[in-house]
Amino acid sequence: MSTDYRLIDSTLRDGSHAISHQYNADEVVAIVRGLDRAGVQVIEIAHGDGLGGSSFNYGFSKVDEKELIDRACASTTTAKIAVLLLPGIGLADDLRDVKELGVSMARIATHCTEGDISEQHIKTAKKLGLETIGFLMMAHMNSPEGLVEQALLMQSYGADVIYIADSAGAMTTEDVRRRVNALVEALDVPVGVHAHNNLSMAVANSIAAYEEGAKNLDGTSAGLGAGAGNCPTEILAAVSDKYGISTGVDVLALMDVAEEIIRPLMPRQQVIDRAGLILGYAGVYGSFLLHSQRAAERYNVSQAEILLELGRRQVVGGQEDMIIDVALELARKHSEAQA
Amino acid sequence: MNRMRCAIIGSGNIGTDLMYKMLRSDHLEPVALVGIDPDSDGLARARAAGLNAPHTGPQWVIENAGNLDMVFDATSAYVHMRHHRQYRDAGITAIDLTPAAVGPKVIPSVNLYEHLDAPNINMVTCGGQATTPMVFAIRRALPTLPYAEMVSTVASKSAGPGTRQNIDEFTKTTSTALREIGGAEQSKAIIVLNPAEPPIMMRNTVFAAMPEGADQDAVIASIHEMAIEVAKYVPGYRLKNPPVIESGPFSTPGGVVPHRAVVLLEVEGAGDYLPAYAGNLDIMTAAALRVGEAIAQSRIPAGAPA
Repeated sequence: MSTDYRLIDSTLRDGSHAISHQYNADEVVAIVRGLDRAGVQVIEIAHGDGLGGSSFNYGFSKVDEKELIDRACASTTTAKIAVLLLPGIGLADDLRDVKELGVSMARIATHCTEGDISEQHIKTAKKLGLETIGFLMMAHMNSPEGLVEQALLMQSYGADVIYIADSAGAMTTEDVRRRVNALVEALDVPVGVHAHNNLSMAVANSIAAYEEGAKNLDGTSAGLGAGAGNCPTEILAAVSDKYGISTGVDVLALMDVAEEIIRPLMPRQQVIDRAGLILGYAGVYGSFLLHSQRAAERYNVSQAEILLELGRRQVVGGQEDMIIDVALELARKHSEAQA
Repeated sequence: MNRMRCAIIGSGNIGTDLMYKMLRSDHLEPVALVGIDPDSDGLARARAAGLNAPHTGPQWVIENAGNLDMVFDATSAYVHMRHHRQYRDAGITAIDLTPAAVGPKVIPSVNLYEHLDAPNINMVTCGGQATTPMVFAIRRALPTLPYAEMVSTVASKSAGPGTRQNIDEFTKTTSTALREIGGAEQSKAIIVLNPAEPPIMMRNTVFAAMPEGADQDAVIASIHEMAIEVAKYVPGYRLKNPPVIESGPFSTPGGVVPHRAVVLLEVEGAGDYLPAYAGNLDIMTAAALRVGEAIAQSRIPAGAPA
């Protein structure tokens, strides 16, 4: 059936951040079955930081992601199974492995100014016959023109779709419109948007992206994800219905997945508390949320101060180690002030 | 004094930076900076410094083998893989600054004197040069090191096309060095590019799994000693914050451990070619130069005038 946009669900990838990468196989099977039954076209699964993300820096996965991907591939009927890979963290070899497991889409993600590090991986994914998406993260940190330049690189490597990700949930609707509009004008391939909810804009920004011509939209069930969470798919689908935008998904079935499978496994509700809001306000990578909370507790410093300092340093996704660096420096400053 | 005659191949960031360092060496004489683009900035600088600056690539090195003792390869893993046998057959010692990893890997503060006779020596990666010494330092203070991990962040401006097109080779080669030279049983390497303006200094973080009963004070002391050791040949190498031991437990690939060591490093470049932020260039070229000089010194016949 033809739809106005394609919904890509990232509950099993971006959602993994919110549960510190602790998915087990039974949860994966239940989520894939529920989303597949609801008519979701694509289900993304990997460590939150993409293939190979299991580490001290980003948190170790409870269950090997390849085992979970294997189970996901075995549990879907119509939904495509996708993975995410960040060059510098995951390897082209990982794409070969997951292709064997039955994955049919790869999203290759780089910081929004570093598209040229994706060449090796986009070409590998294409050669493997995977639908390949170039994914430009932290898109608020680059201008519409700058994003076009990066997107054209990824398109030239063979990407079938180009996404921009508001990884810090920092964009206003106007920011999204200008960027999507520029990309749709400049590219030969379809455009997608991945929104976060730190400023409570995720659904509105996704609809705006659609209005500007985006043909792919991301979300997660119940908004489970990094920072204050992703664009909640059940809400996006409901709002799309009200606008008369065809999604091909069963809104009530998506609500059931969110309510009956996802909410019971959430360690905390996906709300916009102070730390979440600061991420969006200061433009800090969403997955720093829980890591900065742990560092704040460990070194007895303010999480808000850590996040603001990371924003000042223009830290990008992947630099979770800098959270410890900032926490140690804040702790030292405090003890010097008391001395 | 007789200096070893050296060609540097690859006129990008690394090769050009190495040229400036080698011009100051007492043991190594840069004969040529070899490129493939006659208009490159590196070759223009080589000409200005009075060096040969051919643009015929590896072919030039082979043709001039009779006048060369060493070649420092700062091209790419791909180019090095294609030509290393020719260098060997021509009797030229190759110091490989790409992640091709053909020859034995050398980290000067750990195994400088182990491979001085090898026809090909691999300098691992910039991140490997920065973090392997710390993994080794932690390992020597522990009965076992089940798992070690490094995260390297470099300024976007300091990462040339070679690095960008070969990012998997960077992580694989670095990770291997953490095991083979650092002594970790399992390992992982991560690289991040940061485009901030002004550019950030090269940052490296080492995480190490600390098994039950580890002597934490000995680990910390060993880390401090190693920082001094590396700074002898990379003056901008330093601990950004004192090393810390954090409590877990942590479920690492090497098993569950109660603690982890976290070493936060910064490398400030000497500013020979790119500005001080490009510590990633500096640590590679400084380490390669240290290896070249050690080889040169090892070849001086006993009793010869110094």
